[in-house]
Parts: sequence; structure tokens; C-alpha cells
Amino acid sequence: MNTPSSAPPPGQPLAHESAHLHVAGEASYVDDLRELAGTAHAALGLSERAHARILALDLEAVLATPGVIGVLTAADIPGVNDCGAIVHDEPILAAGEVLYVGQPVFAVIADSHDTARRAARKARIDYAPLPAVLDARAARRQQACVLPPLHRVRGEPAARLAAAPHRLAGQWAVGGQEHFYLEGQVAYAAPREDGCIKLWSSTQHPSELQHALARMLKLAANQVAVETRRMGGGFGGKESQAAPFACVAALAAWKFRRPVKLRPDRDDDFTITGKRHDVHYDFEAGFDDDGRILALRADMTLRAGFSADLSGPVATRALCHVDNAYYLADVDIHAYLARTNTQSNTAFRGFGGPQGALLIEYVIDSIARTLGRDPLEVRRANFYGGPGRDTTPYGQTVADNVIHELVAELEADSDYHARRREIAAFNAASPVLKKGLALTPVKFGISFNLTHLNQAGALVHVYTDGSVLVNHGGTEMGQGVNTKVCQVVAHALGVPPASVRATATDTSKVANTSATAASTGADLNGKAAEQAAMQIRQRLAEFAAARHGGAAAEVRFADGVVAIGATTLPFAALVQQAYTARVQLWSDGFYATPGLHWDAATLSGHPFHYFAYGAAVSEVLVDTLTGEWRLLRADLLHDAGNSINPAIDRGQIEGAFIQGMGWLTSEELVWSADGRLLTHAPSTYKIPAVHDCPPDFCTRLFHNPNRADTILRSKAVGEPPLLLAFSVWFAIRDAIAASGDGRSLPPLRAPATPEAILDAVEAVRAELPA
Amino acid sequence: MDSHMIRILLNGEAVEAAGLPPTTSLLTWLRTQRGLTGSKEGCAEGDCGACTVVVGELRGAAQALHLASVNACIQFLPALDGKAVFTVEYLRAQAGGALHPVQQAMVDCHGSQCGFCTPGFVMSLWDLYNDCAQRAARPAAAELRSALTGNLCRCTGYRPILEAGERMFELPAVALERAAIRHALLALQREDVLDYRHAGRHFIAPRSVEALAALRAARPQAVLLAGCTDIGLWVNKQLRELDDILYLGRIEALHTLAEHDGWLHIGAAVTLTEAFAALSRAWPELAELWERFASPPVRNAGTLGGNIANGSPIGDSMPALIALGARIVLRSVRGARELALEDFYLDYMKKDLAADEFVDTLRVPLRQAALAAAPQDPQAAPPPAASAPGELHFRSWKLSKRFDSDISAVCAAFAIRVRDGLIAEARVAFGGMAATPRRAPRTEAALTGQPWDAATLARARAALAADYTPLDDLRASAAYRQRAAANLLQRFHLETRPEAPLPAQQTRTFAGVADDREAIR
Repeated sequence: MNTPSSAPPPGQPLAHESAHLHVAGEASYVDDLRELAGTAHAALGLSERAHARILALDLEAVLATPGVIGVLTAADIPGVNDCGAIVHDEPILAAGEVLYVGQPVFAVIADSHDTARRAARKARIDYAPLPAVLDARAARRQQACVLPPLHRVRGEPAARLAAAPHRLAGQWAVGGQEHFYLEGQVAYAAPREDGCIKLWSSTQHPSELQHALARMLKLAANQVAVETRRMGGGFGGKESQAAPFACVAALAAWKFRRPVKLRPDRDDDFTITGKRHDVHYDFEAGFDDDGRILALRADMTLRAGFSADLSGPVATRALCHVDNAYYLADVDIHAYLARTNTQSNTAFRGFGGPQGALLIEYVIDSIARTLGRDPLEVRRANFYGGPGRDTTPYGQTVADNVIHELVAELEADSDYHARRREIAAFNAASPVLKKGLALTPVKFGISFNLTHLNQAGALVHVYTDGSVLVNHGGTEMGQGVNTKVCQVVAHALGVPPASVRATATDTSKVANTSATAASTGADLNGKAAEQAAMQIRQRLAEFAAARHGGAAAEVRFADGVVAIGATTLPFAALVQQAYTARVQLWSDGFYATPGLHWDAATLSGHPFHYFAYGAAVSEVLVDTLTGEWRLLRADLLHDAGNSINPAIDRGQIEGAFIQGMGWLTSEELVWSADGRLLTHAPSTYKIPAVHDCPPDFCTRLFHNPNRADTILRSKAVGEPPLLLAFSVWFAIRDAIAASGDGRSLPPLRAPATPEAILDAVEAVRAELPA
Repeated sequence: MDSHMIRILLNGEAVEAAGLPPTTSLLTWLRTQRGLTGSKEGCAEGDCGACTVVVGELRGAAQALHLASVNACIQFLPALDGKAVFTVEYLRAQAGGALHPVQQAMVDCHGSQCGFCTPGFVMSLWDLYNDCAQRAARPAAAELRSALTGNLCRCTGYRPILEAGERMFELPAVALERAAIRHALLALQREDVLDYRHAGRHFIAPRSVEALAALRAARPQAVLLAGCTDIGLWVNKQLRELDDILYLGRIEALHTLAEHDGWLHIGAAVTLTEAFAALSRAWPELAELWERFASPPVRNAGTLGGNIANGSPIGDSMPALIALGARIVLRSVRGARELALEDFYLDYMKKDLAADEFVDTLRVPLRQAALAAAPQDPQAAPPPAASAPGELHFRSWKLSKRFDSDISAVCAAFAIRVRDGLIAEARVAFGGMAATPRRAPRTEAALTGQPWDAATLARARAALAADYTPLDDLRASAAYRQRAAANLLQRFHLETRPEAPLPAQQTRTFAGVADDREAIR
């Protein structure tokens, strides 16, 4: 076999393949596509009740609006009225009963976007109210769940808890998070000959939309083609939840025989779509004098919303990340998926992992404060170690643990201990403002928990001029998967990256793709593309050896030049010769992650190909009078394996950190008492802005080529660094603790808004002797 | 008479527009009528900046070219008549087909990921770039950050974009042809009054206050439009159908910004950017509030007059202006009248404003006149400057979940004059605490005549609790508002007490962020 040198090359910090288009406004998103003649525009009519029976749906005034072409209701659907990703419990348009405020009930098709939006508001819907459950814990008390609870026990947690020298029990909660992809949901469908449908969608999962459209329209999958060039952000929000928009656009295109675009405005997008699951925790930990955890009972109630969506796998990942970087010998973990009359919560960067890991960090921080220790000491005491301390609660051996070395490096580089002392001195002299510091680690499992999703395909074409086109099953949402895949293909063929172009993801090119999710985009599709390219390389090598002499294995491909013994010629020249000699210059590639297994019944197995690691130190300044705060400095050290593209990886790490910080601080979802989402636009829902980026921000990659055989020994980097933001929240808690005697457990909520911070400050100060 | 055509200098080319509702947004027009899809819709409310474009117009007697970033999603197209609009598509054309230094810097620094917010950032940076080129200066770090507070990015975490903002000055410069643009704009100016019509609705841009007064009297149902940063939302968000629109932007007299007789006079069409620059020269204590008030594209379009006339209970300019003793001049065909700003607000979104009246001018006392009783007649003698010796202390702060461009949960303003160890005068006003921006009479009473010490603070805190009954909402609970308001009073005390006052670095987490405010537009 002709292969590149065995050691993977260090990654090149190339610009994103679309960067030059982004900056020029020339990168096309779905709403930017030049519209086809006769394009109509759809808008959705939404439920105004959290739970009700629809008595009457009067669309007369809607239809009478000038410019309106028609309306759609559930009755117009020829096939199955469902777009549920796994469980089929999610109607495309509500039929008879509405399950949350914002649920799509009907659609208006009109000659303009504005006309459709205005007409949609003219509907009259009569409702008969039904009891609504808005609170996840209330749902749980009523045993209302979208899926059966998950439960994993290892060892004898009850006995070990009872015998532990110290115990800490409590309840806590973390809020949800809106994705706030800058480009909202959008779908554009056009009828094609023979009953076929073409769909352009901003989606992370074109294949799932293909299936949903086929089911809805009673078509075969080969009659539906879905194309995605790029998304203006996804973050998990366009994995399953692009479906209702795609379905309505396609239904309208099918019924009215014309192209139809559906682009909900930002408020409707917020109101219709699900978010990160908020979680309520109930926990008890037993520990020794060093803070080492002897047993843990953890119970999580996740708010699933009105339907199952991806909540099952989200809960599984949450359960698989309660350990984070820590060995937990005896554990009892429950995850409960509450059914509420709110948006159906869904994938969001980390997919439950952050919610699981956040709990153990809270427990450890609390143990440290209870014992009067630096939380870092207690964290270290609990890290995974060698044999005897290296199996996860779900039974996988942690074979690639680097958390000790990684944290030690960050501790030194960030001057953790010196700053800890400086901060103590600052706080002693500062009555109003208090500083806080925290270092938190990350260990994150890479692969879909569900084994069969860990597969990917790619097509590589080499044209006779030597230029290369690659198509794969992954979708580009800004994370740079196309850039990395191009780099992989360029490396495999020994050509400059600039000569490799990636094309739009298209279900009619690579079939049966998995969602671009679980951070696996580059891992899976990179491997598939590499395999495709290597087949072409092998054919070219064999041809070159036959034509120019020598052995195929000796042919070298590098920098656009092919060397066969003493003969060298440009890659394009060899390609031209090979074409004339009738050598196949394109190939498919396929990859299935090896060695994975998962038993959903026992919640155990080897679900992850490897783990990614990281750690962060954050320093904050908190105003004890108002609860305002500021991130002063952040130091991130993250394991991206042998990074394929350090610039893109750094961007993922920093972006995830700031996004995670938003989740835990300024981003607060608020519903009214009747189930209406009150925070439904950037005016009311506050993602981090430019002043939230710390003035002192240092990000480095931890040198750690993957021990697993991944693409160029890299590691997935999309999700894990989101957890680095835990350090911000715990630094705030540290600052609040400093406003008291330093020994209390500040009852800080998450997100830590100024109000939550002020409440915690006052609670801490109330404990002080008068 | 047929409708006038709207004439716009679009990316250097004079174009016309008609046949669209007057409330058609600039963004919709660019994207659907002009095929310029580089500017994006992210929120349609001026909060995300994905639609940022730069607008150029001729200002003042010299007809000087003035450029500023604005949110295209909340600008009504007819308001752009006679102006230049630059979109992201202009930059490569300007650079002869190559990437403009702003764009190249964004590529070099990996400033884009998904790319959707990128054109907006590019345009905010381009505005800064051109401004700096004109001043032959590089922006301070604070100025660069400030220029980007109206652009949200969900991917990068901002660090690489901030680096691009420095890098762009290290690349070979591309100069904006200001003279040519000015020349082209001069050719586009109309002598008559714009009367744009569509489907029975007028968009009229009168040229004098007298003409506006007459139009206002004749059309009491018409909407008065200045910066469009709120009215744009009526259309985009509430889908309201507006009546005729009377546009204030073409009335030179309403752009007046002048200091005389101890007062700062701010015409109703003066943008927030210009108004805050003038206010902060007189009252440097407003620097942080200015930085946190909306964002550059909103401040460049929105007017202080609009903020005041709108009268939202959470408008952030009013507490400070009320505490300073600002006055408002209203005008109609019946003449002008003047009243204290606090008297303008009657109840929730209710103002002392007749159907035929409009806000003409805001008058803000300069430092020596503050807290003194103002004359009723704007033409009357100047306020008794320097006749009130003593030390004047003034602060205005807002509290919100996010530092940048957030609506406040509480906005506070405190002004006291300490004479001979006692508080001679006190004016305290809050936003977010009641149905209108309002003074705190019990608190003021508790302060007045007292020494500025801990005991007075304690009494004033208690009085403040009786002054307001705030509400719970998505921004904060009533309890937080109540406590935080009292704590801001305490912060005011810590910073201004006679004994060992604390510097801002010891009382505010964001102290110093707006220190270079003079450099920030």
C-alpha cells in the first residue's frame, strides 16, 4: 500500500475554507440563494396555549388577506404527520391538541415573507384549556415523562454512603440555554419532476430531513434530495429541530407546486424550538478527610419538554459524564426525563455532557469548601488514576488519561498558586469588590453513544487538471469540518490544500449520513475522505510505477509533485496520464469507528473511542453591592490531540468557552406563569458580547497525539471545551465565598445573573456573626 | 402628484426606489430588491448587528460628509433619501477586487467561523477604519471594543475579531474616496420636500420646524420618526400598520447642538452618539452609562429626543437628565412651551404632550447650573452660575445582565450638592423602578440638609424603599430592584462621601472600561 509517512504532520493553521467569502458577504446561506421564479413564502401560526384542545381553527381572515396563496393544516399531510427524531411523538402541525405555547398549528403561504407573517396573525383559534405542566419537578411528581428513567448503579453506593466519614447532600439546578445560532432556522423546498422534492436547509442532519419528508409525503427516499452548503451556526439546534421547518416548506411546495421558503423570524424561532435541557439535581456524596469521594448518589431531572426529541440520548450522555475527570467507585445515578408543556429540548453542544459533569464539579467544590481546602486539591484527589481507579461508572476503562499532566501544566503556566495568594490579599483589603479564582478540568467521551451512528462516507474526485473535489456526509456550521477534511485529502494526495475544494452536503451524493454532532464531524468524515483519497493515491501509485518504473509503494506524493525514483512530475501531469490510461480517478470512502459497544439496557459498555481532556483557570471580579461581575482573565489548556488545524481548534475552544460562560451566567430563559417564553430575542436573552471576552485570554493546545487511531491522531474539539466555562461559574462562587468568612457554601444559582450573585452574597453575609 | 422617488447613493452608484411601503426596511430592500445578500437578518430589532451597514450623509452648513454604522433592519427606506449606503459588497469593489484590509485582517486572524455575523462585524470595523484614517489615528483598545458592542458573534468568543481590529491597520491601507462620495451626494440632494407615497400612505420629510408643526397639526395620527430604532420594531416585531410618517431628520434646526447661557441645547434630531459626546464633555460621570447605552449602530441612528419622547420606564437617559435638572421644549403651531423633564412623564407611556406637539429641544444644565432652579423661558437670563458654591457630586449607573447593549433592570442617577458639610440639594431619579422614570422624593428629603455620612445613607436607603414599588419581570425581581437600587445609593456614598471616598476601581467591576471614552464615538 502506498501511504504517507507514518507520523502525522503537525497541523497547519489554515484559514477556514469559506473565510474569504464570509468577510465579503459572498458566502451563501439558504435565504441568500437567488430565488427561483414563482417562489412563495410561508409563515407558521403558533399555539397560544400551553395545553389545550383545539375546538375550532378559523383561517378565513388569513385566506382573505391579499397576497395569500393558501394555508396548510395537519389535514393536508398525505403521509405521516410526524417529525420526531427517534420517538414518533412530534406532529409537524398540531392536530386537535396543542402541547405548548409556540407549537406550529398551521402555515400560511403568501407572495412575500411579510405578507405571510402578517396573515398568520389573523387566525382565530378556539381552545378548550387542558391542565398544563410547566415545571419539570411537578411533571416528575405526576410521573409524566417522555421516556423511561435511566438508572445506573455500580458497587454498593448506599452502604458506602452510610459508612463514609463525611456526607454532603443537597439540591441544585442549572438553567437551559437557547442556541442563538445567528442564522435562524430556514428551509427552501422546490418540487421536481416525477413527484420529487429538492430541499435546501440549514441543518446538521440532511439525511434525517430526507426521511422525514419522505414519510410525510409518502415518497421513497430516492425522491427527496436535501442539500446543505453551510449553516450560520448550529450548536445542536439544527440537528433534529430543522425538521418542522423543512417539513412545512416541503409540504407547501408539494401542495402548491411551487418553490416555498420558510424562514421564521427570531421570536418565532425562539418560541418554537427546544433548547439545552435545564436540570434539577438531588445529590448525596460520602467522602473522606481528603475530600476523596467514596460514594455518590446523583439524581437528575431533565426537562424534556412536550416530546422526546433527542432527550433519551441527551440523558444517556449526561449520565455518562457525571464522573467528568473523577473516579467514582460506588455510584447510583438516576436521570429522569420530565414531560412538560414547553418547547421540546434538544441537542446543544455537549449534549447533556455539560449538565452531567457540572454536578460533580458542584459536589467537589462544595466538599472542598466544607473541608476548608482549595478546591483544586480536592479535584486532584479525585482524578482518574491507574489500575483500580480507571473505570468509568458505565464500565469503560479510561486508557488515555492525561488529566494529571494537563492540570499540572496549566497550574504552572497560569501561576495558579501565586494568584490564589494575591487574590486573598486583594479581598482582605477590598470591602465591595471581591475576586475569585477556579480551575476546573474536563474529560469528555468522543463518539455517539448509539454505536451504529458512528459511520461516515465520502466521495473524492480528482479531475484531469489535478484539482480535487471532496464531498462527505458532514455539514459545515462554522466548526471547520470542510477545512479539516480538505486538509486531510490534501495530505493524502500530497497536493496543496488550496487545490482541494469541499462541496455542499447532499443526500444524493453520500447516502445515509449521521448527524454532524457529538463533535465527530471531522473524526468520521475525515477518516472516510482519507480512505477515499488513499484509494486514488494507490491507483495513481500503481499506474506511476507501471508507467515510469519502480514499486508502487515507493512512489511519493508531496506538495503537488509525484516522485517515482529519480523521475518527478507534477501531480496534474500524472493525473492526466492516468486518465488517458483509463485509471479511475474518483473514489468513495467509508469509515466505521472500531471497538465500540453499548448496552442500553444496563447503561454500560465501551461507548467512546477515546476521551478529550482540558482544563481552565478563570479569575473574576464580583461587585457585592449589585451582583455585577467581570471575567478578568482566563487561561485555557485543551487537548485536541495532534491538531489538524490549530487555528480552527483554538477558535472552537475559545468560542465554546465563551458560549459555556453565557449558559452559566447571562443567558437566562424565563417563562410566564401560563407557559409563554418571555425571553425570545436578543433584546431579552443575553448571549455574551464583546466586553464579556476577558481582557487577558490565553488559550493553548496540550500536546497529546491521540493514542487511538483517529484521523491524523487528532481529537474532536467541538463540544469538550464548552465545559471549560465551569471555571467561570466556580470562580464567581469563590468570590462570593470571600464576601463571607470563606467557609460557607454560597447558594449560587446557575445561571449566575447579577441577581443570583447578589442573593448568594447576601445569604453568605447573613451567616456571619452580627 | 406622483410619489417622489427615493434616491440613494448605493455603494457609490445613484439608484432610485419606489413602489414599496414606506416602512420597508433598508435591509429588506437591499436583500430582495437589490440582490445584495451580504447583509443578514439575525434579529430584525437592531440587537445582533448582522445587518450593519454604513450610512453617509451631508451635515451642516459645510455639507460635510458624515459616515456612521447603522442597523439596516430597522431603518425605513425613505429615511435614506439623499444619503449614501455602503454594504459589505462595497469593500472588495473599493479594494479593486481584492479583500479590503478589514476583510483580510478578519481572514488572517480567523475572525469568522460560521460567517453569518461576519459582514456586520466587517462593516463596524470598516466604519472604525475609515474614521481612524480620517483622524490619522489608531483606536485605543477600549475604542475598538466599543465599536463592536453592537455585533453579536456566537462562534468565536470575540478574541480573534478584536485582533483583526488591530491587524487591519498593519495591512496596506485602502483609502475611502470621501471627496467623490461627497460630490455624488451633493448631486443627489433635493430642493423640495420629500413626499414619498405608497398605497395611500405618505412619508414626508419637512425642512423646518414650522413646516413640521403645520404637518403635525394637520395629521395628528401621523407617526413622528427620527432614528427609527424603536419605531422600526413596531413594524418588524409588532407588525403594526403605521399611518403617515413625518420624518425629523431633514430639519436642520432640530440638529442643533450648542452650549450657551449655561445650558446644553440638544435638538430632537441629534443622534445619541452626538448627544452623549456633548453630555459627557459637560458631565464626564456619564462615560460608563454612555458605553452601556445601546450600541454604536443604534446610537448613530437613534436620537436622544426620541429616547425622551418615547418615555419608556426603562429608558436609560432619563434618570441622569432628570437628576441634572434637564428641561424639555415642546413645540406646535400654537407655539413653544418648556417644562421640567420629570413633569413630562405622567404615567406608563403617557406624556404631557398634546396631539399637535412634538419635542423640539432638550436643555441640560452645564456643570455650574446644575441643580439650580431653571427659568421657564428658554430665552431668559442664564441660571445663577457659581452662585451655589459647594461640591457637586453626580453619578448615573445602570444594572443589567450583560454589560453591553442590554436593557436595564435598574438605572439610577444621583446628584447632590454638599455645602458646608451638609447636603444642600439632592436630586435622585430612577428608571426601571416605576411606570415612568421618576424622582425619589422621600430619598431626596432624607438627604437634604443632612451630613453625607453613614447615618444619612441609612435613612436614605430606608426612604428609597418607600419611594418605589417596582415589579418582577424577566430582567429582575422586584426584590432585586429594591435592594440593588439602595445598594447603588450606597455605592454613590462610597464614591462621594467626605470621609475616605473610594475610587471607582474599588467600587465598580467595569471601572476603567470607558476611561478612554473621549476617544470613543
